[in-house]
Amino acid sequence: MSERGERTEDQRGVSGPSPLWEVFVRARRGLSHTHVGSLHAPDAELALRNARDLYTRRQEGVSIWVVPAGAITASSPDEKDAFFDPAADKVYRHPTFYDVPDGVAHL
Amino acid sequence: MYGNDFSAEDAPGGGLLGEVEAAEVALREAAARGRRGGAPGPDEDLEAYFAEVIDADQKIEPRDWMPEAYRRTLIRQIAQHAHSEIIGMQPEGNWISRAPSLKRKAILLAKVQDEAGHGLYLYAAAETLGISRDELVELLLNGRQKYSSIFNYPTLTWADVGAIGWLVDGAAIVNQVPLCRCSYGPYARAMIRVCKEESFHQRQGYEILHTLAHGTPGQKAMAQDSLDRWWYPSLAMFGPPDTDSTHSAQSMAWKIKRFSNDELRQRFVDMCVQQAEILGLTIPDPDLRWNESRQSYDFTQPDYDELMRVIKGEGPCNRQRMEHRRRAHDDGAWVREAAAAYAAKRVEKKEKVAA
Repeated sequence: MSERGERTEDQRGVSGPSPLWEVFVRARRGLSHTHVGSLHAPDAELALRNARDLYTRRQEGVSIWVVPAGAITASSPDEKDAFFDPAADKVYRHPTFYDVPDGVAHL
Repeated sequence: MYGNDFSAEDAPGGGLLGEVEAAEVALREAAARGRRGGAPGPDEDLEAYFAEVIDADQKIEPRDWMPEAYRRTLIRQIAQHAHSEIIGMQPEGNWISRAPSLKRKAILLAKVQDEAGHGLYLYAAAETLGISRDELVELLLNGRQKYSSIFNYPTLTWADVGAIGWLVDGAAIVNQVPLCRCSYGPYARAMIRVCKEESFHQRQGYEILHTLAHGTPGQKAMAQDSLDRWWYPSLAMFGPPDTDSTHSAQSMAWKIKRFSNDELRQRFVDMCVQQAEILGLTIPDPDLRWNESRQSYDFTQPDYDELMRVIKGEGPCNRQRMEHRRRAHDDGAWVREAAAAYAAKRVEKKEKVAA
């Protein structure tokens, strides 16, 4: 169950630790893939098989993505506020910002 | 339904699974109550911010600031939990080849596979705290981190597989259901997953014992014998009494732990009494009786000196369990190496084609 986008896990040497993969599962047709956890595997094919055995033993999914954890770029927690601030002062992006005159339909 | 001391009203369904579902709902609700922005400003007091998140019953996530002691406590607890799942495969695995029918064998295989899965969910949760899988494996193999002492007892008969499911997994669930509400997000989410799967384990164990207890006199005696041997070690799974528990107070304040050892032990005993009656088996405690004023059962405490001895390595199977784990790890080395070499070869080939 991991959310470590920031960790670099590209040690692919034969003796090094097995790379970390983040696993995303589509539970049912019509739903998007959701992050369910992580696992270690030497390559993508084994990561997929391990993900099937680990995260879908009870038919929890119809599709799996595995992504090398090192390939994920995450926003940094230190700049979280500054990073998301630009969205804070744009209340006009929400429909509730606007006064709708009485009696207007279908708006 | 045993635990109406939390989430009584909103628990969908009943029993343990209902509580797990309630914890899942609470997790989503806490997320929906989210604070704007989320992270503390650069001048904000990190410790105060952390306390605020805990007080608001919100989750701490991997990249949040947290006190070093909180991180260390979680790593220790999650790792020991993960190790227990991995070592816990051994006593049951012992019976896969001797299960009394193909159906029982298939079920036991699935259960032992689940235990491996639980170990992996938990290792992954521990890894979010900045420790690597290899370090965790090493800490288990060199004995610096422990696993639950219950797995140092042997499974002598097929009935023991039933007793492990009913009592050991039962005690584990009582311990773990509150952990679904733990303040550390990845741990709470892993526990929700684990608890949902554990309830199959407990029921299959109960069914094994029920079948034996309603079989021949010999089978019933075997079931009773396993209850006699597993009862007190199962009570000891909740840890030392509150008066001697060293980590409890701080863990409660951090909302890692939600109930004390003795509270959980009492809850477990209260659950088991009626279940044992339906099995037609006798809990090996002559002093077990209902206490009207406490609305709970009075019972004999397990032998905590024995617990300490087993934890220190003097249980019946400590050496065997560790030896087996080390051997399995060593025997698996060539598989890990071959898989890594194959992956490296394929990368190399791809690079050649690209060049």
